[in-house]
Amino acid sequence: MQKLPRWADIVLIPAINLVLALVVSGIVVTFIGQDPFAALRIMVNGAVGSTYGWGYTLYYATNFVFTGLAVAVAFHAKLFNIGGEGQAQLGSLGVALVCLALPWPHWSLALLAAILGGAVFGAAWAAIPAYLQAKRGSHIVITTIMFNFIASALLVYLLVDTLKAPGMAPETARFPEGAHLPTAGDILALVGIPFSRTPLNVSFVVGLIACWLVWLLLWRTRLGYEIRAFGQSEPAARYAGISPVRITMLAMVISGALAGLMAVNAVMGEQERLLQDNVLGAGFVGIAVALMGRSHPVGVLIAAILFGALYQGGAELEFETSVPREMVVVIQALVILFTGALDGMVRSPLERAFLRYNRKPVSHAPAE
Amino acid sequence: MIFPDAIQIADSTIRLATPLLLACLAGLFSERSGVFDIGLEGKMLVAAFFSAAVAAVTGSVWLGLGAGVAAAMAFALIHAVASITFRGDQLISGVAINFLAAGMTVLIAQDWFEQGSRTPALTGAARFAPIRLPGADALSEVPLIGPFYADVLSGHTILVYAGLLAVPATWYILFRTRFGLRLRAVGENPAAVDTAGISVARLRFSAVLICGLLCGLAGAYLATGLAAGFTKDMTAGRGFIALAALIFAKWRPWYALGSCLLFGFLQAVSNRYSTIDLGLFEIPNAFVLALPYILTVVILAGFVGRAVPPRAGGEPYVKER
Repeated sequence: MQKLPRWADIVLIPAINLVLALVVSGIVVTFIGQDPFAALRIMVNGAVGSTYGWGYTLYYATNFVFTGLAVAVAFHAKLFNIGGEGQAQLGSLGVALVCLALPWPHWSLALLAAILGGAVFGAAWAAIPAYLQAKRGSHIVITTIMFNFIASALLVYLLVDTLKAPGMAPETARFPEGAHLPTAGDILALVGIPFSRTPLNVSFVVGLIACWLVWLLLWRTRLGYEIRAFGQSEPAARYAGISPVRITMLAMVISGALAGLMAVNAVMGEQERLLQDNVLGAGFVGIAVALMGRSHPVGVLIAAILFGALYQGGAELEFETSVPREMVVVIQALVILFTGALDGMVRSPLERAFLRYNRKPVSHAPAE
Repeated sequence: MIFPDAIQIADSTIRLATPLLLACLAGLFSERSGVFDIGLEGKMLVAAFFSAAVAAVTGSVWLGLGAGVAAAMAFALIHAVASITFRGDQLISGVAINFLAAGMTVLIAQDWFEQGSRTPALTGAARFAPIRLPGADALSEVPLIGPFYADVLSGHTILVYAGLLAVPATWYILFRTRFGLRLRAVGENPAAVDTAGISVARLRFSAVLICGLLCGLAGAYLATGLAAGFTKDMTAGRGFIALAALIFAKWRPWYALGSCLLFGFLQAVSNRYSTIDLGLFEIPNAFVLALPYILTVVILAGFVGRAVPPRAGGEPYVKER
């Protein structure tokens, strides 16, 4: 039985959770002696008040779209992929190797190759925990956490040794000119629209396409159906002839590939060289984004833009007041807490309220 | 000179193993009761901050310790309410707690001290002082055992000894008391415990709060014993290494001591040598640092001995459907 109408499940509950998270954050801001409404105004203005703000908001959002979709796809198979961070790190390695391999003649070719490189490396890094879960029964959450740390150790090793460019900093050489992705400023200048210099680049479009493809995969293909069936009930899926090993592997490989794609935006689109810490927690933001977006690509996109705005607004907040940008981490934690762990706290009273509200018309309806 | 090196590494192994051990035993209590806890890191971090902050303000390390433990237990309470009362996802709640700690500590540190998200350096009574064990000076002349006793076992802060004593204490509580029996039972088969008329929720709440207490000690040691003050993200993944150690130890107290000493040793070695030259090839530092995680994956995969978690772990208990 559907206890809640669809709109309440999709819109109302995430909205209430977000408001709760913001209210608690507001209390925290008040506690450290700042005006929460002034802080909110600075954040909103900084995030969406100018083309500069929008550029950064959507740039961050692109990262979160990829990591959010990664977590969402795994969630549909009832797998909690907490390793988006490590998969994105490996993805950045793949992207960097592709970009440095050739003097690319045109960015579009480089982009296609980099998409492949990032996806393959990210997928490979997710495939090992997936195999261990499917075949050896080790818990995917623990192995993906461990793989985050192993990935960062691997990158540290490669960047102080094998891949390091001459110089002091542990980073690779700059990518060749042909691997430079056009930014929103470059593109919009062609049609005469002024747009500030921001790292927003064509990867945003790749992110939108990824959303559409994930929707297509989950709701319009046989594999997507199998993934969702497996996530709903493993015994039922098994009974229907769906192989748990195959679904676990495929769902995680797709998830890892999506996380790896984040590097196309961050590493190829912005940093243009491989740095030691290039993911900067975006893999974990993906968890919050997937939870808020109810693991639906459209929800993920909206939640990603919201979190992009939070990150950009948080940076402005740090610039204008004495509130450090870790404020955003607190909000993010509260969103995860309220939408993920304390979901029942909002849901069950709401379900009861809806039941009570819906009962009256039912009692007058004629019996069938 | 190999011997002085070995003594020094053994000494820092014990130092570095202590926070891991305390956090590992913390996780042991929680997970044995059926509540997964990937928020050890966050609870340690918040305890590290509050212990250093209160010690810096009051000048008393004991008040700091109390504040750190209280903060970690408050975070444990959030985890308990989310995962026991509201039957939320324990893993997601743990993730939230880690972020909450990472954000809050920096936010409050910046507001209180305005020193770029750190506390002032702790000195004197605001830090735990090393304790010289009785007879350490007299014995130090004796070859082999003398330096071992004087430099490795002696000269640590009280929390190191508390950590070492917590191992037999944990073993005793879990395997020799009624509370421990029930706690282990609730992690394997909560329905059976419920049928016996014992509250599942109450047992799990106490386990999670004990977990908070031990995480508090771990964090306080980090900021007031190992280091002299709080710095941003100072736990640096130790909560996750402790989690790895817990799995490596197959959720058993004495094994936990062994795995934490091993992982502490790996940290000590990688702190001391940038690369290890084995003649034929060199082991890079990054590999030594990643070794705890790699070993845990290997153990989890069941290639070398199998680690089986408590059976009811991660599942919220629903009394009636």
